[in-house]
Amino acid sequence: MRPLDALAKVCGDVRPGEPAEGVLGVEPALVAAPENVTEAADVMRVAAENGLAVVPRGAETRLDWGAPPERCDLLVDTHRLDGLIEHAAGDLVAKAEAGLPMERLAEKLAERDQRLALDVPLPGSTVGGTIATGAAGPLRSLYGTPRSLVIGLTIVRADGQVARSGGKVVKNVAGYDLGRLFSGSFGTLGLIVDATFRLHPVPAATAYVVCAVSGPEDAHDAVQTVLHCAVAPSAVEYIGPSGTVAVLLEGVPDGVAARARQTADLLGENAEISGTAPDGWGRYPDGTTLIDISAPPPALRDLLTLLGPDIAVTWSGSGHGHVGLPAESTPDEVADVLGRLRDALGRHRGGAVVRYTPEEVRGEIDLWGPVPALALMRRVKDQFDPDHRLSPGRFAGGI
Amino acid sequence: MEARLAVLAARLEELLGAGRVITDPVRLRTYECDGLTNHRSTPAVVVLPDTAEQIAGIVRECAAAGTPYVARGSGTGLSGGALPRADGVLIVTSRMRRILEIDIPGQRAVVEPGVVNLDVTRAVRPHGYYFAPDPSSQQICSVGGNVAENSGGAHCLKYGFTAHHVLSCEVVTPDGEIVELPADGPGYDLLGVFVGAEGTLGITTKITVRLTRLPETVQTLLAAFGSIEAGGGAVSAIIGAGVVPAAIEMMDALSIEAAEAAVRCEYPPGAGAVLIVELDGPEAEVAAQFTEVERLCRDAGAFEIRIAADDEERALIWKGRKSAFAAVGRISPAYIVQDGVIPRTALPQVLAQIDALSAESGVRVANVFHAGDGNLHPLVLFDDAEPGAEERAEAVSGAILDLCIEHGGSITGEHGVGVDKSRYMPRMFTDTDLDTMQMVRCGFDPDGLCNPGKVFPTPRLCGEVPGVRRGAHPYEGKADLF
Ligand SMILES: Cc1cc2nc3c(=O)[nH]c(=O)nc-3n(C[C@H](O)[C@H](O)[C@H](O)COP(=O)(O)OP(=O)(O)OC[C@H]3O[C@@H](n4cnc5c(N)ncnc54)[C@H](O)[C@@H]3O)c2cc1C
Repeated sequence: MRPLDALAKVCGDVRPGEPAEGVLGVEPALVAAPENVTEAADVMRVAAENGLAVVPRGAETRLDWGAPPERCDLLVDTHRLDGLIEHAAGDLVAKAEAGLPMERLAEKLAERDQRLALDVPLPGSTVGGTIATGAAGPLRSLYGTPRSLVIGLTIVRADGQVARSGGKVVKNVAGYDLGRLFSGSFGTLGLIVDATFRLHPVPAATAYVVCAVSGPEDAHDAVQTVLHCAVAPSAVEYIGPSGTVAVLLEGVPDGVAARARQTADLLGENAEISGTAPDGWGRYPDGTTLIDISAPPPALRDLLTLLGPDIAVTWSGSGHGHVGLPAESTPDEVADVLGRLRDALGRHRGGAVVRYTPEEVRGEIDLWGPVPALALMRRVKDQFDPDHRLSPGRFAGGI
Repeated sequence: MEARLAVLAARLEELLGAGRVITDPVRLRTYECDGLTNHRSTPAVVVLPDTAEQIAGIVRECAAAGTPYVARGSGTGLSGGALPRADGVLIVTSRMRRILEIDIPGQRAVVEPGVVNLDVTRAVRPHGYYFAPDPSSQQICSVGGNVAENSGGAHCLKYGFTAHHVLSCEVVTPDGEIVELPADGPGYDLLGVFVGAEGTLGITTKITVRLTRLPETVQTLLAAFGSIEAGGGAVSAIIGAGVVPAAIEMMDALSIEAAEAAVRCEYPPGAGAVLIVELDGPEAEVAAQFTEVERLCRDAGAFEIRIAADDEERALIWKGRKSAFAAVGRISPAYIVQDGVIPRTALPQVLAQIDALSAESGVRVANVFHAGDGNLHPLVLFDDAEPGAEERAEAVSGAILDLCIEHGGSITGEHGVGVDKSRYMPRMFTDTDLDTMQMVRCGFDPDGLCNPGKVFPTPRLCGEVPGVRRGAHPYEGKADLF
């Protein structure tokens, strides 16, 4: 039986791929959209029986991240896996299917004044894609990234077996935490079908304190001032090239008002209190190349010194950020910035990873930088995907 | 000692120097159990290394000899995680107690694995910081042990577990390599799975922890209720109102009685349950929320509320709770500390079921719990002099775990699986779930020498799956250069 027919027998939505659906130019032979866990498991099993290379796809907001797959015989599309399975509001827990868009999840949780405390930098992105890419924004300072908020995960393995880890209680140390392992694994270990999250109440009040800063020293000082004071911000973000430091405060109305004033006093006369986020908050910086950077908070000074005043950058107080390089950057220029970023951040034990960049640049640079414990990662990959059929070549070290 | 192990002990002594290798049977006995004393096994050899390189050497020697090894921090674990192997080596980190670096601007510290949890906080408190994970054992347990168990504490309701406060671990892998596992590096989040793996994936030799800013203010109240149900109602109301307290702890009548007998904590007489609620953070925030918490407690039927005016009074409120485990010794010759989790909303129902279990079996159960996150610590009381009593207590203890699983909870919230609960794992997970978790183990430790027999009831065979093709890694040999 042809793979298409075999897949059609187990899944209600199977068709040949189209050129426009290429993953970084690699056209999928087939596309399957399972509707539930059983279909997802059957699709993965048939893929295994036919030796098909599988790339999971959510809403395509980050399908251009990483390296192109070496091959893509089958795209497993999660758009029909879009249910909110459970919202246990009293327990501050929700279980959602992988294809559910983050905004739709947020709307439903908001009906009970709750939220999943993750920023959604790219509109439309799905629960599964958010976990698979480890995506987060300014809120990470206080609430962490998907790895901190996923408390249970269901996956389909490369061989079509369904496995779960964690559960639906926040406090749980029974067994290995595969939720953390799968966070940021870019579809190379298995197909995420649903996830259970720890939720937080929607704060009764929020305020932003926004302050223009001039130059690396000033930016560094402003961020450090806020980090080491007692206002307990939910997020502190530097946004460039505009040169803004913004602080998010959340809590009860009186508390937030008082803390906002305190923060504004600390930051000096340039500081303003606002009910809305400043431009660029929670978004990736503009550009056709996006570089993910991380290093301890004080690295901000070196970072801004090396980037100069014109480059688009965001940097959250916890020591993570993004650099955007414009479309006109030549491969050499990208390589140069990347090299200098890795040198400077490396001195702080940090690093830089290229998320996306035009094809002509991609071939000229190393997207990942040094990968510690790569041999160990390969051995884990070999266990989960011995045939290297899951998003082959998309990930660090060619995994 | 077996000749094979004697040879290994001699090699280890060459590696570590005299005095760092223990083989004297009397001294070995010190290490025969951790905090869970009903599992005992005297190790063949104990080693006391000073450095990561030495641990790597020990692991390589063990690997070459095919000898299992177990890491031990302070030995306070409550699931037998550090239970030694009679045919193996116990690697004790108690000499690795240096705080290597304190980086306040970067809000982090680098510590050796044997550093005592509270010592991190002591070192950084003058700078206005602390290490947030606060297991009740924090005066003695090690950060390495915290990492292995993903330990929590009363305040993890708001601040999360060890996993949320570890930025990187240096690890000696089971093949004797020293690698760094950062939370934010490119590639897989191996740190994420290493934390909480109960020492089965390698030995951590250096830990970069996140430091948390001390809160501006802390407010604590004690509320007394006529019944556990009423106390549970207050907990639901507080959480339902969108308050995230730093801690909410509850004790039932029997555990209050025990605490009273042991430390005279003077909780309100006649209470069927007491609730301790602690809020921390900016003053303006805490003041508003504290008033609300107080009101919610009254609405839920609290007949007395005490508010700590200062640190001394706060300590008094906590005294009963903190002493509860040990205090139970006053009202029962022996007891089992259970550690199950349920969705918080199931609290009243599960507690009623535990009551019924207790009534049916005649086994007394005292309840102490982290109510905010549904983490129960039922203390199952028995008289070890009475034939069959321990078995009956074990049966009740196991039935409580079944209740937790039935309600969608977990068999352990913070003490880990260890040797104690591996047999319950199949009640919570399918064979495939457990097999999948163990794929990680096979990646790290294919020979199964690193803390074997813990967590999983049956080891997975790590050999090549027959008939499976293995494609070469396209970047093999190249990517390391990157
Ligand atoms: C009175 C009391 C109260 C407690 N309260 C709490 C509590 O509130 N919350 C909580 O979570 N726990 C609590 N515990 C349990 C225990 O203290 C924690 O699990 C603690 O983290 C164990 O630390 P340890 O140094 O004693 O580890 P050990 O008991 O020595 O070892 C625990 C596990 O860690 C492994 N291990 C140790 N060091 C390393 C290393 N360097 N690398 C890799 N693996 C290693 C061991 O192999 C073992 O599996 C309590 C225990 C007691 C006795």
